Amino acid sequence: MTKMSHPQNSGQEPQTLSPAIARERVAESLKKRHRNEGRFLSYGRIAISTALLFLVILFGSILSKGIPGFFQYYVTFDVYLSAEELDPYGDTSAQSLFDGNARGVLRDGFFELLDVSGRKNKKAAGKILSQGAEQRLRQMVVDDPSLLNTTQTITVAVDDDIDSFLRGFISRDTPEDDRRINDITIGYVDSLQEMGRVSYLVSDYLFFGSASRNPEMAGIKGAFFGSILTLSICLLLAFPLGVGTAIYLEEFAPKNKITEFIEVNINNLAAVPSVVFGILGLAVFIGIFGLPRSIPLTGGVVLALMTMPTIIISSRAAIRAVPPSIRDAAYGVGASKVQTVFHHTLPLAMPGMLTGTIIGMAQALGETAPLLMIGMVAFVVDIPGGVTDPATVLPVQIFMWADFAERMFVQKTSAAIIILLSFLLVMNAAAIIIRKKLERRW
Amino acid sequence: MPVFINVAIILAIAGYAYFQGLSWAVKTRNKQVESLHSLPHYYGIYPALTTLIPALFCLLGFMIGDEIYIRNEIAALIPSAISTAPEFSLTIQLAQIKNVADGIIFGEPEQWMMVAGQKWSALQSNINVVASIMAIGLAASGAVFGQTRIQAQFRARNQVERIVIIFLAASSLIAIITTIGIVVSVVFESLRFFQLVPVTEFLFNTTWNPQFEGAERAGSGGANAVYGSVPLFAGTLLISLVALTVAVPVGLFSAIYLSEYASPRQRALIKPIMELLAGVPTVVYGFFAALTVAPFVRDLGSSFGLTVASESALAAGFVMGIMIIPFVSSLSDDVINAVPQSLRDAAYGLGSTKSETVRQVVLPAALSGIAASVLLAVSRAVGETMIVVMAAGLAANLSFNPFDAVTTVTSQIVTILVGDQEFESAKTLSAFALALTLILITLALNMFALAVVKKYKEQYD
Repeated sequence: MTKMSHPQNSGQEPQTLSPAIARERVAESLKKRHRNEGRFLSYGRIAISTALLFLVILFGSILSKGIPGFFQYYVTFDVYLSAEELDPYGDTSAQSLFDGNARGVLRDGFFELLDVSGRKNKKAAGKILSQGAEQRLRQMVVDDPSLLNTTQTITVAVDDDIDSFLRGFISRDTPEDDRRINDITIGYVDSLQEMGRVSYLVSDYLFFGSASRNPEMAGIKGAFFGSILTLSICLLLAFPLGVGTAIYLEEFAPKNKITEFIEVNINNLAAVPSVVFGILGLAVFIGIFGLPRSIPLTGGVVLALMTMPTIIISSRAAIRAVPPSIRDAAYGVGASKVQTVFHHTLPLAMPGMLTGTIIGMAQALGETAPLLMIGMVAFVVDIPGGVTDPATVLPVQIFMWADFAERMFVQKTSAAIIILLSFLLVMNAAAIIIRKKLERRW
Repeated sequence: MPVFINVAIILAIAGYAYFQGLSWAVKTRNKQVESLHSLPHYYGIYPALTTLIPALFCLLGFMIGDEIYIRNEIAALIPSAISTAPEFSLTIQLAQIKNVADGIIFGEPEQWMMVAGQKWSALQSNINVVASIMAIGLAASGAVFGQTRIQAQFRARNQVERIVIIFLAASSLIAIITTIGIVVSVVFESLRFFQLVPVTEFLFNTTWNPQFEGAERAGSGGANAVYGSVPLFAGTLLISLVALTVAVPVGLFSAIYLSEYASPRQRALIKPIMELLAGVPTVVYGFFAALTVAPFVRDLGSSFGLTVASESALAAGFVMGIMIIPFVSSLSDDVINAVPQSLRDAAYGLGSTKSETVRQVVLPAALSGIAASVLLAVSRAVGETMIVVMAAGLAANLSFNPFDAVTTVTSQIVTILVGDQEFESAKTLSAFALALTLILITLALNMFALAVVKKYKEQYD
């Protein structure tokens, strides 16, 4: 259609367009428009369902992998706790037990049950027991030395390969050379099952064990305490400083260039990628101030700087929501500015501030990248006793486990993720409840 | 003396000062009410603050300063024969001496190192004693000073309030200090990197290959290290694009549905559920991407006869897209809600259907805000670390094929800086240069987003 022909058309149109034709055209176009309407609405529905589907797949895949991770296979048998073998120095000290032959005692009891003889068979049957079993046996004797020279029933974890076999991840149809466990071992596992000695129980290692390269012994206890210590430092720093900043900017700051500069800085910090805060920690706190690596103190300081913008922004919104009439009433009865803020504005703004703080803490609890940079990936077996002990945190533990090749670590990682997510869920629910319960509409 | 014992002693002195001041004020008030200028507790708080503030600052100063001072002292002890050697690194040398001082001794250290280590521990314990004496002394004299200041006509409340306001103002400076800290930590190291590697190579070379410097020196590493960041930025861009193709349609249409079509009940139910996606830690997404999505994408690709890398950009980008859906949807939702109802009513009045109103009236009116929300989502995607570290791999391929493995700026930063670093090497420094560009990009995106909102914001009412 050219421009030339247009005036002609428009000149003729009014004459030919009778009401009947117009109605017909509208009816026709209306059908099309309603179809469009329906299509547009279905786009929206598809988008929402896609997002919800992603959520279901994400949680479904983690739950389906993770719930088995809360359990593991244990084997039960009788052991004669020979004092001579276990406690060579006779004083039940750690050294004595460590030099004792816990492994031998354990294997003797186990081999007796299965009636194992011969070097090769013993080697194959020995593979069933986890390395953690010896530790557990020693702990039993330390807890109650009177058990020495008696026969006790002991329940210990099986090795991770056996665990994976029992779960069906290692198939017995695979050629023997391609599997991690040989036919003799499988035979013993079968006979243990026939005797009813194998049980599938809630994994105590997951909750009470610490970092370990043996997946059947690995647990989150150390990382859990590391997270608590790190978050405490973060909260102690970020909450007062964040709330202080918010109060100052909302109530006291003069409107000038410096205040404006501070506000620009806060908004920019909120947008800086978290990994950059890790670099800040590495270069300034570790490099210049000489704080040690891998400790909750350094991690907490870095996370505090990271979460402060969140706390500041939500606290400012909460303070702004308190109506001026409250302040005027306080001034009216003779309160000073500081008294007004601390006795009247702050209590009323507190629910909003707490909500922001909890959300900031939830962010900090899930944060991994900056903590990797300041060395909280260290392989720490001990439970951290203070903020200056080397430690790791839950998300970093998850990151490390996700890297390990053993099949069983996938379940342990997913179980740890479920634990982390439940903490986050509780924190967010608390934030919502505080907001709902204490929030006032003015 | 451990820090916390010092702090406990100072707190005890402050508590004593508080109760002394308070009981004096109460006694004075009981004698004659109007003789006291402020409420009694201010006469307790004032001496407590004069006790705490100088003492705690003194402790903090020592905690920050001692390491720097000791390092300087010890550096002077290093024999010149060692400190002038070409491969000398002060940081490594000091770390070794520190180990000796802490009793971590490997093999047989040299004589001077043992001396330096002993000097280190001696200095440290001396400084600790000096710090304790000074801090507790300051606390005690602060308490005495506060006590002598308080009299009936002393304006205790005004003094306390002044200190409170100073504390509030000081805490607001933390934001500036943090920014300065970030700039300092990144810029200086980046400058040193650019002394070793020309800026043009960093910006325009298409090969990223940070070889081990040591291997190069020993002559065993074949190729030279090349620091061309183009493949990293291309990888970041590719993954972000994949993420956006997932997040923008889903997020935008969800926002439209939630704000225009959904009933209040639906909205109240769906919105928080969608925001759950934003609350999931990134390490969880990374695990999901590496263990569930990547194998799925690979199998799907091979069933169509495509070769898909097991760490494909597609898998990482897809999961990142899921992560940023809530950013797009809730920000867009806010701006769509901010469009005044009168505009919609006008469109309905002209006979528009609901979708026509949305497409021709509401969306154009909300466009600047939607653009800003997408830009913010991009900046989030560019800065995202854990998903790409766990799922995108480390191969610095210059490729725009989403089935290939690519690497990103953030995953290189983490890979280079995690674990033991070679100090002062171009490889370590390159991470800081990457971080500098990363900061600049995300800041530019944010500023651009804000500028878009400001410039194109429609003013209603």
